Amino acid sequence: MSITIKEVEHVANLARLELSDAEKEQFAGQLNAILKYAEKLNQLDTEGIEPTSHVLPLANVMREDVVKPSWPIEKVLLNAPEEEDGQFKVPAVLE
Amino acid sequence: MSKYETVVGLEVHVELHTKTKIFCGCSTSFGAPPNTHTCPVCLGHPGVLPVLNRQAVEYAMKAAMAINCEIAEWCKFDRKNYFYPDSPKAYQISQFDQPIGQNGWIDIEVNGATKRIGITRLHLEEDAGKLTHMDGGFGSLVDLNRVGTPLVEIVSEPDIRSPEEAKAYLEKLRAIMQYCDVSDVKMEEGSLRCDANISIRPYGQEKFGTRAELKNMNSFRGVQRGLEYEELRQADVLDSGGTVVQETRRWDEGQGKTISMRGKEEAHDYRYFPDPDLVRLHIDAEWKTRVQASIPELPDARQARYMQQYGLSSYDAGVLTASMKLSDFFEMSLKHTSDAKASANWIMGDLLGYLNANNLELSDVKITGQGLGEMIQLIEKGTISTKIAKTVFKGLIETGKSPQQIVEEQGLVQISDEGAILSIVDAIIAANPQSVEDFRNGKEKAIGFLVGQIMKETKGKANPGLVNKLLVERLNA
Repeated sequence: MSITIKEVEHVANLARLELSDAEKEQFAGQLNAILKYAEKLNQLDTEGIEPTSHVLPLANVMREDVVKPSWPIEKVLLNAPEEEDGQFKVPAVLE
Repeated sequence: MSKYETVVGLEVHVELHTKTKIFCGCSTSFGAPPNTHTCPVCLGHPGVLPVLNRQAVEYAMKAAMAINCEIAEWCKFDRKNYFYPDSPKAYQISQFDQPIGQNGWIDIEVNGATKRIGITRLHLEEDAGKLTHMDGGFGSLVDLNRVGTPLVEIVSEPDIRSPEEAKAYLEKLRAIMQYCDVSDVKMEEGSLRCDANISIRPYGQEKFGTRAELKNMNSFRGVQRGLEYEELRQADVLDSGGTVVQETRRWDEGQGKTISMRGKEEAHDYRYFPDPDLVRLHIDAEWKTRVQASIPELPDARQARYMQQYGLSSYDAGVLTASMKLSDFFEMSLKHTSDAKASANWIMGDLLGYLNANNLELSDVKITGQGLGEMIQLIEKGTISTKIAKTVFKGLIETGKSPQQIVEEQGLVQISDEGAILSIVDAIIAANPQSVEDFRNGKEKAIGFLVGQIMKETKGKANPGLVNKLLVERLNA
């Protein structure tokens, strides 16, 4: 099992990253190394162990349905590169 | 459409009406200035932790139980990854392989026959923000107030065979959610939204055809029309020797057609994975029992009860129970009259007629169930005639006054005094010798004219039964 250049391109596209050919080679190698390392887990005997989606032995951490103050609009928009009428302005998104 | 069978599956999103968002304490109330109901959690700032709203879980359980789903004992939340400015985290928290509810069903009625539609799953997720596109393509504006509003997505099996069935399914689903009181379920305001998968296949073929996904159908009628358009379009494609392409299409209400949304077609690859910020959800038997107990009588049960208890037809009982508000209105009227059939007739004829003609909702008019019940009582007692009741009914709708008050203010009390009616009968007989002559010569119709004259003279207030009786007596005398 190894990551192909095509897969690197696909993931890069999903992440909206533009990679040079050299970078694609480089990341394919690095990703393969990571996967190879993770493969070590396959050596463990997991017979009789329930699959889990979470490492914490916790369930049902919940809050009550009570309104808390939101942020003031000035703070909300601090990170907006552009704003207009209290809204974030982004490049045109067409349906 | 005789050659092909239509196959439809619906994906319905229902906004749950919690006070706060699913993972933070921001208010979900509608109509606030843009971005004023946001905080670092729903804005997707780094380093924040979502905490699940217990009420959202309970509403989702309630909704799932009401559509006969099995409730998962354990479930989890997953991240669905995609880039779009309506989602500041670049992922939506949803449920991938462990939804809260699975394997449910609801029954629909089309053309008098009952049909069961399977529900594949119901899962809990968060809503996205709202984009407004600026004129001239200068940019888009993002309002994130809606981000994080809890939603349930309800996915049906491909059991639906016509646009009509799709509409019936949606209406039933809306009614159930309304009865459960988990959502406002207003399609016009977006608290109920519907996407559809539709394909066609030659009758007898088992394999499904290639499907198109329809979006942007913003009304019940829109869903039906969109599907009707699409089944014809796909049939045309096949008939002309082409093949249906799997794609997403947008229903354009104005143009009355579906339009391909190419460009959105780049492979869907959401790379779901468990959200590490949220621990698992455990729904034990005790919790399930408690939520189950909070589910009220649902539309089907009410419909059956109306048929059994009040002798209404299946159709009438179905119309009355299709909306909880209407059904509650009907039941309120029955606290003031025992004539359920009369109440049902007034509601289905005059009330719904008025609402449809004026494009109004029940909540837009002033009439109450009590007012209707009391009015029917006035008819029963002979205080007003059925004809006069139409005038009173209009008053109930427009003023919200009690029927007694309307009758008194407008002087609508029925004339049931024999002496008073008799003198009018005599006057009309004297004034219309030709009609009297006609009647005596066997023209039965003439009596209708005379009755009409009497009603006109009394402005419709004379007791029609008495008028008929006294007139016939006089004419035969």
